[in-house]
Amino acid sequence: MSSSDASDPAPQAEGAAVPAQPRYYSRFSLSQRYLHATIFTTFLGLALTGMTLRFSHSGWADRFALAVGGFSAILFWHKFCAVILTLAFLIHLGDLGYRGIFKGQRGIFWGPNSMVPRWKDFQDIYGHFRWFFWLGPRPKFDRFAYWEKFDYWAVFWGMGIIGISGYAMWFAPFVARFIPGSWLNIALLIHGEEALLAVWFIFAIHFFNTHLRPGSFPMDLVIFTGRMTEEELKEKHPVEYQRLVETGKLQAYLAPAPERWLKNFGWLVGSVVVLSGFVLLVLTLFTFFRGV
Amino acid sequence: MRWSLAAVLFFAAVVPSVAAQQNAECLACHGQQGLTGQAGHSVYINAEKQKASVHGSLPCTACHTDIKGFPHPAHPAAVNCASCHADEAKDVEVSVHVKAAANPCLACHGNPHTIVPVKDPESPVYALNIPKTCGSCHANPEMAKKFGLPNVYSMYMDSIHGFALAKDGLLVAASCSSCHGTHKILSHTNPESRTYRANIPATCGACHAGPEREYFAGIHGQLVKAGDLDAPVCSDCHTAHQIARVQTASWQEKTSATCGNCHKEKYRTYLDTFHAQVSALGYVETAHCWNCHRYHDILPASNPHSSIAPANLVTTCGQCHKAVTASFISFQPHADPRNAKDFPALHFAAIFMDLLLLAVFGFFGLHTILWLIRSAFDRHKGGA
Repeated sequence: MSSSDASDPAPQAEGAAVPAQPRYYSRFSLSQRYLHATIFTTFLGLALTGMTLRFSHSGWADRFALAVGGFSAILFWHKFCAVILTLAFLIHLGDLGYRGIFKGQRGIFWGPNSMVPRWKDFQDIYGHFRWFFWLGPRPKFDRFAYWEKFDYWAVFWGMGIIGISGYAMWFAPFVARFIPGSWLNIALLIHGEEALLAVWFIFAIHFFNTHLRPGSFPMDLVIFTGRMTEEELKEKHPVEYQRLVETGKLQAYLAPAPERWLKNFGWLVGSVVVLSGFVLLVLTLFTFFRGV
Repeated sequence: MRWSLAAVLFFAAVVPSVAAQQNAECLACHGQQGLTGQAGHSVYINAEKQKASVHGSLPCTACHTDIKGFPHPAHPAAVNCASCHADEAKDVEVSVHVKAAANPCLACHGNPHTIVPVKDPESPVYALNIPKTCGSCHANPEMAKKFGLPNVYSMYMDSIHGFALAKDGLLVAASCSSCHGTHKILSHTNPESRTYRANIPATCGACHAGPEREYFAGIHGQLVKAGDLDAPVCSDCHTAHQIARVQTASWQEKTSATCGNCHKEKYRTYLDTFHAQVSALGYVETAHCWNCHRYHDILPASNPHSSIAPANLVTTCGQCHKAVTASFISFQPHADPRNAKDFPALHFAAIFMDLLLLAVFGFFGLHTILWLIRSAFDRHKGGA
């Protein structure tokens, strides 16, 4: 990437062609981007290995397992990713507790910068559906739109259900000292079904909502660069933009344009993940509905 | 047989010189290479090989009984092996091979003038040569098609028996005749056949005595003994000609499905388990049917000797799962979420998960499609 930078005559061309540089606004901190990167890489690892087990009777699962080193490798990477994801989740919880309780940042728990749903979110859902049918104007979303909050809480719900059932099966004989063994039947069932929900939701709904929908297509790089243009902020989060302008805080959030290498990196990683997710989505849907 | 043996001994002991003198007369002509009959086929006899053969001490006329002197008839009568080998001939007479050739004896034993003892590695019926000899017909696709037979030769050669015989030269390895017999090969539909269903355990048990004893102690063997021919015999699980080493991943992976041919519900519910998912990825160290139920001496759970009798479950599950407790064994290895009566908690968990998936994808599926249409329309208008 650095070599392409050096040989690229773009800086001169850019200066000549673009009269006014767009201003960039910082949406995600570095630690938030790292958190997301950890979640999506481990999630992809868990999804690939987990769906291979879930649909182990299909030809593609068998071949994938063979390619990565058989069931032992599948199970190792599944547990490996699970542990990393659990750690990331616990660090996030610890961070929330630290900031919310010890540092008194109550804005984490309510208000426009919180992930906790507000009455406005339900109004936005209603308004969005009205807009879908040309019955009203497009709702003006705040810092986090309702589908973004849903994505966030879906991870909490999924971590709880899949995580607890997964660890119960991992340490089955130990866990069965405290619960009946027949509960492990339920653990396997909900682990698999909830995983199917999570995988299909992320690879179909989340990918569409954040990356593939017109307006963001083909990829929203904000989660890699942490930055979006002022124009984009105005269009996607008008309430937040207006508040920042009115309170005079916008200046504090302005950031330099994302580096070229970072954008390229985001493109590369994002494309690989979106494509892998899409392939897995098609394979699992096909196998699920063919009933094999 | 006794009479014919006496005749042979008589010929062998008393008249060898007579035989040799008489044979010399025949070989005066037939000892010449290139001598052909009227129809053009060779009538040459290799004197040395004939003399070294099991029939070497016999005069030619012992078999070619209608030849009294020279000149002899242009078309001598067909040789009747039964005149000496009466018992074998009687067996062949009732076998599936009676019409296999003009002279079925020669189809396996080869040229009658050069027949050597069975223990001679040159013999076509020497233990290591039997598959090739039988294969001269049974590896022929046209012949297999004509009689509706599978091409068993290649299956056998790739089997554990075929490998032991052909690769290691193991004389005790089962070849065709070990299971099918020699002269009296009967159709597997004939109750007297060694390959008739009810007789198969005894046929295999001729070598595999231990498994045979275990098998008859188990429920499958008891059913067969009681005359239930739908119960599985050796070949149902191991196949007849493609018998493989049971430790191989490929065998372990596919054989649970064999049990599922009869135990359909148990197999269907097994497929939902982690045990089955792991097995399908070719991993051997997981529970297949036989890891819990045992293989030859399978017994129902109601039998206290059964591996799945309630009192034995901790031991059975404990083969793989370390430190299992009485609580652990309430795990259901054949749980069925569709069965509300036997698995109510699992059933309602399944319904809850189904509804959750339906609700989430119903809402967001619709949401996504409507959003796509609406924003695509907007952008189209904006672009235009």
